[in-house]
Amino acid sequence: MLLSDDPMSTPRRIYMDYAAGKPVEPRVAEAMLPYAKLSWGNPSSLHTLGQEAKRALEEARGRIAELIHAEKKENLIFTSGATESNNMAIKGVANRNKDRGTRVITSRVEHMSVVNPIKNLTTRGFEAIFLPVDRYGFVLLDRLEKELTDKTILVSIVYANSEIGTIEPIKEISKIVHSKNAYLHVDATPACGQVPIDVKNEGIDLLTISSNDMYGPKGVGALYIKDGVRLEPLLHGGGQERGLRSGTENLPGIVGFGKAAEIAKKEMQTSSFRLEKLRERLIEGLLKPIPYSYLNGHPTRRLPDNASVRYNFIEGESMLLSLDIEGVFTSSGSACTSKTLEPSHVLLALGLKHEEAHGSLMFTLGKENTEEEVDYVISLMPGIVKRLRAMSPLTPKELND
Amino acid sequence: MYSQKVMEHFKNPHNMGEIPDADGVGTVGNPVCGDLMTMYIKVKDNRLQDIKFKTYGCGSAIATSSMTTDIARGKTLEEALKITRADVADSLGGLPPVKMHCSNLAADALHAAIEDYYKRQKNKEVTK
Repeated sequence: MLLSDDPMSTPRRIYMDYAAGKPVEPRVAEAMLPYAKLSWGNPSSLHTLGQEAKRALEEARGRIAELIHAEKKENLIFTSGATESNNMAIKGVANRNKDRGTRVITSRVEHMSVVNPIKNLTTRGFEAIFLPVDRYGFVLLDRLEKELTDKTILVSIVYANSEIGTIEPIKEISKIVHSKNAYLHVDATPACGQVPIDVKNEGIDLLTISSNDMYGPKGVGALYIKDGVRLEPLLHGGGQERGLRSGTENLPGIVGFGKAAEIAKKEMQTSSFRLEKLRERLIEGLLKPIPYSYLNGHPTRRLPDNASVRYNFIEGESMLLSLDIEGVFTSSGSACTSKTLEPSHVLLALGLKHEEAHGSLMFTLGKENTEEEVDYVISLMPGIVKRLRAMSPLTPKELND
Repeated sequence: MYSQKVMEHFKNPHNMGEIPDADGVGTVGNPVCGDLMTMYIKVKDNRLQDIKFKTYGCGSAIATSSMTTDIARGKTLEEALKITRADVADSLGGLPPVKMHCSNLAADALHAAIEDYYKRQKNKEVTK
């Protein structure tokens, strides 16, 4: 029997769901602490305590600007996270540029915080185009060219979707988008901090980034806005963040975000190299010994942390639960979509059948994962798949013998 | 998310497998939706002498299949036809609302197997 109830076995906890949430880096937590405990001033106040806070705020902004190679730190607006940044970019640009056009283009492999603001725009007189992708998840560039009309004001494409890991050709996309003078918004939530991003070189007009995705605290994010991009704020109030995002700044969070960005810039190369090696070991170990198993996304042009696989004849949640019993925490598609029972729209966009998408399992690796943990997961998987396939009426007879 | 009872049945499902010479077989669900269940029954003196299942699906689909076979085993066919999704869910200590349809499927698969049994009996009478 694979799933033991032996109370003597050591409870292991192996976390491989880093895309869903990351721990705060100890150095980040340390940097935040003084701003929670000692320097609680409001950056808008003119007195010394306020100005101390203001300095910390601007220093953090500078660190994040350096990470993404922004022209200057003033191009960054702090938000409450990626969802707000995506909403601000999409609704803000659409509402401010209605006079120029009403078409917004995106892809079928976007996060819900891009999909839903765009769907919302369609109830307000805008037209949305969801571009198809190929079987790896790459946006079809010829379709982009075809759909890009003079009336297109915004194109929003994910840098790399966390469910499949495929990294989009942003530079090429940008050239096409700018040929029609539309703005390019890029959701870099899972990518930023893992792969180098250069907004100038890649031709990005608006970029969404999130603190927690680079081991900073949750509840903080930023939107990069290139000079000259016209957009409307979502929140109106005291006029913080150049009037684009009112509300007293979440200083401890922002300081942590800044520290996380500083560490990411310094250590990205080493940590991504390590993750890629672990990822390759994991993918090979998850697929090789098990028949009817496949990789989701592109084999090489993918995020260093992402191992998204699928197994025929069985369903993802039952695999997830089986791993959970063994102390391994993972995800079956996007945790945000699991409430709907529908397979992930991202997996379906790859052309997978519903029953293939249902059999997907997503591992996202992080700083604390070791080779030994990867090997442990690899050792569990054949037994789990075998047990569930033995239960499934879909399994071909010869597989169970 | 799941009760301890659900997890117990998921870990060690009861009556999993096939009955090669079943008196009735019922399949419900659809792999497209992520659930497919087959129930096999053996009937003696109008009672469910044996019952087994095979299920493709999530944790609750497997647990409800297992629980349904437990509840149904030994019951008369009339009693077994009265088993509802609420009976299955209650015996499992409840299910998350979004997963209630699984308990529907398990009861439906059982009912389909019994209908199949009745149909086979009728055919036997005709051929006699």
